[in-house]
This record gives sequence, structure tokens and C-alpha cells, in this order.
Amino acid sequence: MSATTAPTRPRKGFSLRQREEIDFYLFIGLWLIGFILFTGGPILASLAFSFTNWTGLTTQEWVGLENYRQLLFDDKLFWIATRNTFFYSLGSVILGTLGALFVAILLNQKLPGTTLMRVLYYIPSIASGVAVSILWIWLFNPQVGLVNYLLSLVGIPGPPWLASQQWALPALIIKSTWAIGANMIILLAGLQAVPTSLYEAAKIDGAHPWDEFFNVTIPMISPVLFYVLVISTIASFQILTDVLVMTQGGPGTATLVYVYYIYQNAFQYLKMGYASALAWILFAIILALTLLQLWGSKKWVYYEDPGT
Amino acid sequence: MDQVTSQPISPITGRIARTTPWHQRRRTRRIAHAALVYVLVVPGAVLFTIPLLWMLSTALKDPKQIFVFPPQWIPNPVMWSNFPRGWNDFLPFNTFLINSLIITTSNIIGNLISCSLAAFAFARLRARGKNFLFMLVLGTMLLPQEVTVIPQYVLFTRLGWNDSWLPLMVPPWFGWPFFIFLLRQFFMGIPRELDEAARLDGASSWRILWNVILPLSKPALATVVIFGFIGNWNNFLYPLIYIRSMDKQVLAVALNMFRGAYGNANYQYMMAVSLLVLLPVLLVFFFGQRLFVRGIALTGIKG
Repeated sequence: MSATTAPTRPRKGFSLRQREEIDFYLFIGLWLIGFILFTGGPILASLAFSFTNWTGLTTQEWVGLENYRQLLFDDKLFWIATRNTFFYSLGSVILGTLGALFVAILLNQKLPGTTLMRVLYYIPSIASGVAVSILWIWLFNPQVGLVNYLLSLVGIPGPPWLASQQWALPALIIKSTWAIGANMIILLAGLQAVPTSLYEAAKIDGAHPWDEFFNVTIPMISPVLFYVLVISTIASFQILTDVLVMTQGGPGTATLVYVYYIYQNAFQYLKMGYASALAWILFAIILALTLLQLWGSKKWVYYEDPGT
Repeated sequence: MDQVTSQPISPITGRIARTTPWHQRRRTRRIAHAALVYVLVVPGAVLFTIPLLWMLSTALKDPKQIFVFPPQWIPNPVMWSNFPRGWNDFLPFNTFLINSLIITTSNIIGNLISCSLAAFAFARLRARGKNFLFMLVLGTMLLPQEVTVIPQYVLFTRLGWNDSWLPLMVPPWFGWPFFIFLLRQFFMGIPRELDEAARLDGASSWRILWNVILPLSKPALATVVIFGFIGNWNNFLYPLIYIRSMDKQVLAVALNMFRGAYGNANYQYMMAVSLLVLLPVLLVFFFGQRLFVRGIALTGIKG
């Protein structure tokens, strides 16, 4: 920019190094303030709330671990919500990851039309939010819904889905698999990063396509697969919009999922203290699952360069 | 694996001629392979496309044609009027549209500014405490929003921000961990020589960010815009909690109100309005697709 070529140009008595440090804190300033006000502060407040019986209306009293004791030992709905959430998570993560992997492998080939196929599989994962939840209410309509119509074509009498105690939660899992496109794109990128030389070497060694898949493809994409697994698990535990729009936790408690139960306690019953305790238990569950996956990953995730 | 058979000698080359079984012959195999891929992949693609087509079909139908079984795909008559009627005759969707546009645009701009700044600092500037602060960014990425939603609600209510857009519009100006991470990863990939040359010429950090880094980061910035658009446009929980007045409401919540009040008897209008709400998301994706997919791949892999 300017004609100055001096390598160091102390300004206002600051060395270049100090100047850089000041810049650093100026640049992250907005985030840091936001973190303190909207994340860090609230986290501490939330932890404090979870030890009170505050309802948003009454004055708050310190009750120690009472909320935690109550929800673990006296609250049947807590256990129902937890069980439903695990069921949903297991279903949607397994179907979502395996489905995405299956499609990604098939579409990772130079065949005419694969680009179009990728787009078709990907679009539903972009289409999200309330509009799509409403679409699925219509698709799951027991009498004239498209899902039951398609089932009737292959001779299966469709269940009443969202209106059924037994089928409402599986219906939400089915809906979630419609959005595997995002995972598919990530896995495709992973598959494309596998060096072709490995496949050629495997061919020369006379490897069966099956061996190739389990001994080349899977180890090489295992870091990406692991990433997809962790992200999907975390996301599945936070399902809320679908339940708010499609089922409101019903019928009965069939789709009462964890975050919906938090929502009910906080914003419908105004039990802020109790809801905060619930939120912390959720955080603990998610953290435990992530650590468990991290620990398990050591057995199956292969990192090419252990240095990174 | 190999079948031990008598192996005929080729008259031309003198080598052992391959009488390989059909499924090992190259051309046949390629075709069989392609056919297998299509057989597995095409039905799924059709299945994945059907819901949106069905949405369009229902949106264009006469009410009489909706509760017909088996379902009919082609609307007859084609009721284009379902779109304006659904949009205008029940709830003021124009108001909601304007509200959603204002909030979404402001939030994207806020995110772009605050996250580029922080990402640049984390990618390029040396300072004490940097690693610790970056761990905080990563940590908050994993934190479920439910943990902060309740105390934030208490805070914003105390500030008198209930039933206003402030709870939706203020936080995005203070950064979003995921975008900071995404941009930082991208900035790290830009050769450092470029900004070091500029720095030797006496350029300030602001100048380097503005004139060197940002012009090279269009795919990452586009990813932030697209993710930001989809996230804000679809944001349901926050407006649901905070906004009471009809004239301040946003599309996502209004759509659910519409479903609750008129939905069961008016599937054609519900699908028409839902489709209109969904349309901008699909358009943004189509126009930004190239940049967007590259951005996802980058964060997905480098993460």
C-alpha cells in the first residue's frame, strides 16, 4: 500500500507483537461479549436455576438437589421422554447414517445421471422447518395420505401413523431419514478423498469388492463416518420442531421427547428451575454419548497421519 | 476363486486365452454394474422426490379432489388461486413475510461481520489466551441450545425484550460458534504469504482482512449466508417463545398457527402456503449450490 518498507513499524509506542495482540482482542471482542452475555453467563445462571424451585411467578428458593432427585426418582414422564428420545435417536442415527453411506457409495461413480441423483437426494435435507413438518402430516394422513397409498400398492395396510401410540415415533424416524442428503454429501466428499491408488493396489492383490469395501473404503472414510455419527446423534437428541408441529408429544406420551418435555416445563408450566435441571441432564447425556463414541472410535476409526 | 479348466491357447498371441465367465468380462460387467447401481438408486431418488411433488400437486387441487383415494396426481382443475387465497384470506402472510425478511437479512449481515472478525483473529493473529478462547468456541458448538434457552429467556424478559424482535436480532451480531469455526478453517487454508506481504507494506489487520482474506473467501462466506438464511428463516423456537403480537410474528410460527386454526379442512391452502414459505430456501440453495457444497465439504472434512 504505502512506500514504507520498514519491517517493523511501532505505532503509538506499541511493538508489532503487542499491536497484534490488541487487534486479536478487538477482533474477537464482539464474540467475547456475546459469549459472556448470551452463553457463558446463561450457562452459569442455568446451573444455579437448576438448584431452585423457581417457577417464574413465585420467588425462588434454593432446594439443592431436589429437582434432580425428583426427576430421577419421582418423575415417570422424565423416563418416558428419555426412553422415547433414545429410541428416536437410535432409529434415526442408524437409518440416517447407513442410508446416507449406502447412497453415497452408489453415487460415488462416474455414471451418467449421478449428479442429478445427488441433487434429488440432497434437496429434502435443505427443505426443512415447519413447512416440511406440515407436509409430513399430510403424507402420513391415515386415510388418504401418500405413505399409506404407497404401502397399499405393495399390499401392506398402513397404520394410522401420527394418530397411533405405536407408530407415531417410528413415523418421526421415517421423516428424519428423508433428510439424509446432508450426511450423504459429507460422506461423498470423504469417499472422493480416498486415493484411487489404494483401490488399484487392492485389485492387483486380487481383492474381492467386498474386501475392498471393508478393508479400504471403510477405514479410509472412518473419520468422516465418525463425524457424521457424532453430529447426527447430537442433532437427534434435540428433535423439537417436528414434535411441536406434528404431534405435540402425543398421542398420549408416544412422542414425548426430551427437549419437548423441557419446553413444556419451562414455557407452559413455567417451572424454570425444574426445566433447567432437565436441560443439564440432557447436556450430561449428550456429553456422555459423545465421549462414548470418541472412546469407541479408537477401535474403528483410522487416522492416516497420527500427528494431526 | 479361479476355475481350473483346460485353457485354450490363442492362435494369434500364443497366450492363454481367457474364457472368463460372463460376469467377469469387462464390458458386460460394466453394464451390469451400472444397471445394478441404477436399480438401487433410482427408486430411492423417486421416493425422495415424491413428497415435494405431492406438496405441489395438493397445493393446486380443488378441495373435492383432495380426499380421493387412490390419490390423483394431476390436479383437475388446476387451482392457481389456492396460492393467493391461502396467503391472503386467512392470516396476513405478507406482514409475516416482511418480518421474516427483515430479521433474516439483519441476522445474516450481523453474522458475517462478527464471525469474520473473530475467525480472522483465530486464524491469523497471535495472542496470549488464544487457544483457550478457541476451545470455548468449540465447546459452545457442542452445547445444546436448551441449556441456554431458559436463562436467556429470563434475561431478555428482565430487559423487557419480550414480544419484540430484539431476542431474535441481537445475539447474531455477537457471532455464532459454528460460523466462526467454519470461516476460521477456510481462512487457515489461505496462504499466509499473502497477508504477510501486505503486513510488511504496513497494512493493518483490518486492511488485510478486508482486502486480502475476504475477497478470497467467497465460498465460505456464501456458505455462511446460505446456512444463515436457512437457519433464521426456519427458526421456530425463538419466535414461538418471544413473540406474541400478530403484527410482529414471523413466517415459521405463523405457518404453524395457520395449521392449528384452519389446517384440517384446508389441505390445499396449507400446502400452498407451506410451499411458498419453503420456496426461498430452495431458491437460495439452487443459486448458491456450487459454493455451498464446497463449503460443506470443507468443514466436514477439515473439521
